[in-house]
Amino acid sequence: MKSLEELLAIKEKAQAQIAARDADGQDGIRVVVGMATCGIAAGARPVLKALTDELAKRNVMHVSVTQTGCIGMCQYEPIVEVYEPGKEKVTYVQMTAEKAAKVVNEHLVNGNPVIEYTVGAVTE
Amino acid sequence: MRELSLNILDIAQNSIAAGSSLTEIRVEENTAEKTLLIGIYDNGKGMTQEQVRNVQDPFFTTRTTRKVGMGIPLFKMAAEQTGGSFTLTSQVGVGTNVEAVFKTDSIDFTPLGDVAATISTIVCMNEDKDFIYTRKIDGAEFKFSSADIKKILDGVPLSEPTVMNWVEGYISEQTEELFNNL
Repeated sequence: MKSLEELLAIKEKAQAQIAARDADGQDGIRVVVGMATCGIAAGARPVLKALTDELAKRNVMHVSVTQTGCIGMCQYEPIVEVYEPGKEKVTYVQMTAEKAAKVVNEHLVNGNPVIEYTVGAVTE
Repeated sequence: MRELSLNILDIAQNSIAAGSSLTEIRVEENTAEKTLLIGIYDNGKGMTQEQVRNVQDPFFTTRTTRKVGMGIPLFKMAAEQTGGSFTLTSQVGVGTNVEAVFKTDSIDFTPLGDVAATISTIVCMNEDKDFIYTRKIDGAEFKFSSADIKKILDGVPLSEPTVMNWVEGYISEQTEELFNNL
């Protein structure tokens, strides 16, 4: 059973990691998931969950996940945008939980965008 | 929408967009009457009577107010197709209440789905807002308040993946307990 004591332990661990990250001074990667009616209906919630689950599992600390409204390409939802400091934005379209896990491992952890899932590749 | 929990996620986004600082979400089941009530109550900027009418029309949209669109009509349809009801009341400067009642024995009843994932998404993606989630099954009740969790977290963001995992797991286990103790 998950308990409030367990949350306290998670908090203490996270505090230590946040302090280490701040000392590092590096700007993190920002991952944004479209969560308007179009995104939600297309399956954005499991995508967001897969992203955070995979990041938690791998204990990745330099990536933050946030949500946004309608990105404007409803037919390509669920859409995930990756903002990496000093690099061009990468837009992933028609995402699934499986694709999201792959993006975490290959792009967010290893630094290699998964070209086949990007808007450029899908709309070609 | 494949699950009512996705409608909840969608409707709650309207409250967030309306600047609600405290949004209450209720999911109440009455097994004897075979009804399910879903309510979303916010203290956001509210709507005029004309806006209340317009947002229920799927063909109404304005470019400037993005929150107006398919969300409310889809939720309303999901309730009314079961023989249930839908009410939307709002007052400018006070807030908006959305309430839908579903007949759970209707063939057109959409499954409730993963409410824990919906609540954890809403709570953890909107650090600056507060939420109270109440889940009721007949006489048994479970309440989750984001303010209580923030006190324990003491500055650690709710959007930390490990925290988000915990929130979802906690809500889902506490809901299961409600069913176990019926």
